[in-house]
Amino acid sequence: MTDLALLGAFASHAFLEALSEQHRMRLASGVNPFRAAPGEYLAREGEPAQAFYLIQSGHVGIGTHLGKGGTAPIQTLGPGDVVGWSWLLPPYQWQFDARAIDSVQGLVFDAAWLRDQCEQDHELGYHLLKQLLTVVSGRLAACRIQQLDIYK
Amino acid sequence: MTANLQVHEQCSSPMLPAVVHIRDRRSEAPGVFTLAVEPPSAGWTFRPGQFNMLYVFGVGEAAISLSGDPADRGTIIHTIRNVGSVTGALDRLRVGDALGVRGPFGSSWPLDEARGHDVVMVAGGIGLPPLRPVIYHLLRHRSDFGRIVLLYGARTPADVLYGDELDQWRQRADFQIQVTVDHGSPSWRGPVGLVTELFPRCGFEPSRTVGLMCGPEVMMRFTIREFLKRRVTEDRLFLSLERNMQCAVGFCGHCQFGPNFVCMDGPVFRYDRIRSFFNVREA
Repeated sequence: MTDLALLGAFASHAFLEALSEQHRMRLASGVNPFRAAPGEYLAREGEPAQAFYLIQSGHVGIGTHLGKGGTAPIQTLGPGDVVGWSWLLPPYQWQFDARAIDSVQGLVFDAAWLRDQCEQDHELGYHLLKQLLTVVSGRLAACRIQQLDIYK
Repeated sequence: MTANLQVHEQCSSPMLPAVVHIRDRRSEAPGVFTLAVEPPSAGWTFRPGQFNMLYVFGVGEAAISLSGDPADRGTIIHTIRNVGSVTGALDRLRVGDALGVRGPFGSSWPLDEARGHDVVMVAGGIGLPPLRPVIYHLLRHRSDFGRIVLLYGARTPADVLYGDELDQWRQRADFQIQVTVDHGSPSWRGPVGLVTELFPRCGFEPSRTVGLMCGPEVMMRFTIREFLKRRVTEDRLFLSLERNMQCAVGFCGHCQFGPNFVCMDGPVFRYDRIRSFFNVREA
């Protein structure tokens, strides 16, 4: 997909669908395409969270390292998903690793720019936060069920 | 009622086990094994979704779903998880050993109603074996159906059942398969997460979709929510329930579920017909 096509698909990303045209236009002014090769890190636990990713194709694994035991995969994200909310909350550090499983394409916001937009326009900030909370809520529910170990 | 008539036609008495012998046995995953047994009679058939009562002499009986190809009249296939005394005894049986079989019992998946529709199957853990006969049927009659999707959740990569067959089916362009595990491993390349998280990754048309579910009830509750969120209507959602089935013919009442007996009225139910009981905590 060309950069132009990636940007063209911006408004149709599931995360942005619920935002108003006005807010999408505002966000569109700060979005950039990104690509990650298989194995490439989008986020590393403990490092500054400087970006917010919208995945359009490919898959990203969320995990945490186990020292000598390698990395424990926790969740897999795919097209329509977003990577990360650590950029929104102090101390703005990634809580987990996010690594491309296959070739990943999507859109990325600079975290500082996005925080600034939310501060300048609280309505945008409110709607963005509501969307993020929907994502967090879904992932929390899934994690809770996973924790039950229902197939044991 | 249809199921009972079928039993009466195929057995001298629905309560009398036929003695059959094990032809083959294979391990599927830790604690899960498949037995291939000879059919109790010539022309013995079953419908996808039905179950047999397997009797280990001197130990007891257990209700086990049929997990083979319904078109294969020569062998009966059961995939079983060793979770108790009877299934433990079944696990210890070897090729040539005898066991008792009664069945087939119960309702079946709505394959006639699903004709012309997209079929989305969602299985969790040991919930895949009762859906495998459906897969065989759908693939054999592929042109009768729209898109076919299988979303399957297992505990770990080692617990994924029928790995070889899943790989074969994945080669087909007309069958979408997504497998996820709750607990990944460094070598697992597939998705990690709850089976419901696979929904956004598969393509189907909700207005013409039939959803079939089998797995732990908590998994099916969350799966139903995903279907409803996508506007698949309740009358096109079907689930297979598991209860303590002992007689399999509605005499003993052990498997009562609201006004239904799971052994006779189920195990496959249309969701809108059991919704009020499905969400009752004590049912």
